[in-house]
Amino acid sequence: MSTIRIPTPLRQYTDGNASVAIAGETVGAALQDLTTQFPALEGQLFDEGKLRSFVNIYLNQEDIRYLNGEETAVSAGDALMIVPSIAGGK
Amino acid sequence: MSFINISADGVELSTEEVKRYSRHLILPDVGVEGQKKLKASSVLLIGAGGLGSPLAMYLAAAGVGRIGIVDYDTVDFTNLQRQVLYSTEDVGKTKLEVAAARIKGINPFAQVDTYNEPLTSYNAKKIFAPYDIIIDGTDNFPTRYLVNDASVMLGKPNVYGSIFRFEGQLSVFGMPDGPCYRCLYPEPPPPGLVPSCAEGGVLGVLPGIVGTMQAAEAIKLITGVGTPMTNRLLLFDASEMEFNEMRLRKNPNCVLCGDNPTVTELIDYEVFCGMPAHDHSTYNNGVVEESDIEVRQMSLQTLKSRLDAGEDLLILDVREPHEWEISNLSNHGSFLIPKGKVLERIAELDPNVEMVVQCRTGGRSADVIRQLVPHGFNNLWNLDGGINGWATEIDTSIPTY
Repeated sequence: MSTIRIPTPLRQYTDGNASVAIAGETVGAALQDLTTQFPALEGQLFDEGKLRSFVNIYLNQEDIRYLNGEETAVSAGDALMIVPSIAGGK
Repeated sequence: MSFINISADGVELSTEEVKRYSRHLILPDVGVEGQKKLKASSVLLIGAGGLGSPLAMYLAAAGVGRIGIVDYDTVDFTNLQRQVLYSTEDVGKTKLEVAAARIKGINPFAQVDTYNEPLTSYNAKKIFAPYDIIIDGTDNFPTRYLVNDASVMLGKPNVYGSIFRFEGQLSVFGMPDGPCYRCLYPEPPPPGLVPSCAEGGVLGVLPGIVGTMQAAEAIKLITGVGTPMTNRLLLFDASEMEFNEMRLRKNPNCVLCGDNPTVTELIDYEVFCGMPAHDHSTYNNGVVEESDIEVRQMSLQTLKSRLDAGEDLLILDVREPHEWEISNLSNHGSFLIPKGKVLERIAELDPNVEMVVQCRTGGRSADVIRQLVPHGFNNLWNLDGGINGWATEIDTSIPTY
């Protein structure tokens, strides 16, 4: 099991949970498990099965785009994070 | 080369200034040289709101010689919960008039330049040109991309801070050895997917925390102290009091700062993001036309006359439950189904019955109508102005928010 941190804008889709335990040996499988647990997240993260371009997924401080994308291996205890686009300032 | 080059040559500190800045002067890494650099430096703040308030006050207090501020707004009661530049008596005044006086009060040695206009692709480069550092404290995606692009094109660092609800982000973009905002976010989220602070709310102290961190980064860039946030993104969550740091990289394929840039001039950022950049904008969200669904507007007066005439009109409120707590039209029989639940609960609605759809100001309710029409709903009205309009024009006993 690894954990994924849910940013504030998406917590309305995870029953308010700030972090969720997920199973899966790759980033893709772990995200699949996340959207199985919380189906309402599916449309927020994926567009026709593809990770939306403005959704940034980090594994232990590193952008998965610079690792192996959704194929990146995930080990027990790893920390995944969704980094959202937010624009507020006022 | 993680800092910017500010020359302190020929800059002197008066005895008054030495006294004022003594806690910096005895700070080993800043010292007289650093304080002179601060005096010689110029910083441009985009936005004089939640982030802009602590930025302007702390940078002025710290001795930044020249502070420019871009903002076209007037002070509103809803600003006072977090925009600490402003007092209750300032409501209705232009923000820049109040901000300039406040900065001068904190530090009469600071030069304050005010730009009382929306930042656009036409004026951005001209406004940015005289400043060493740009600090992004805006509240919308189009302006964030504009600030980023203009900063990169002019080779100026962009101290980035962003907030939403309990969450903040901090980084330094646009340094020669680091990424830009587009390296992290190549594309904006589609309109409507990420709510603004006006819709989503924001913890009042959050901009204070993130804005002061931006001010710290600006001072570090100027004085050459420490390690700036270049190549790093700080994620701050006030609800869990968690700080997480992510590694950022310059994206070689970035359309702006990559190896083969294709964005070489400022573009139309409202079209790029599909949303208006500010409430003076005449931009009309293209999604409306694309969906080809006409949203019929009902004026506040029409609704009032029809209710006064005793008509039994259905009013669907599509806001969130915590907004319903603030104000509602339940005395006219309105009922609540939040926007995100409408399609899920569509069976509760009769597509043939005339219904007025209402939210805070009329944006979300129009979205709901566009969602319902394809399901056979043919008698829907959007309440033009929403409950805030109703509270302003029809029933002033209801609060606005």
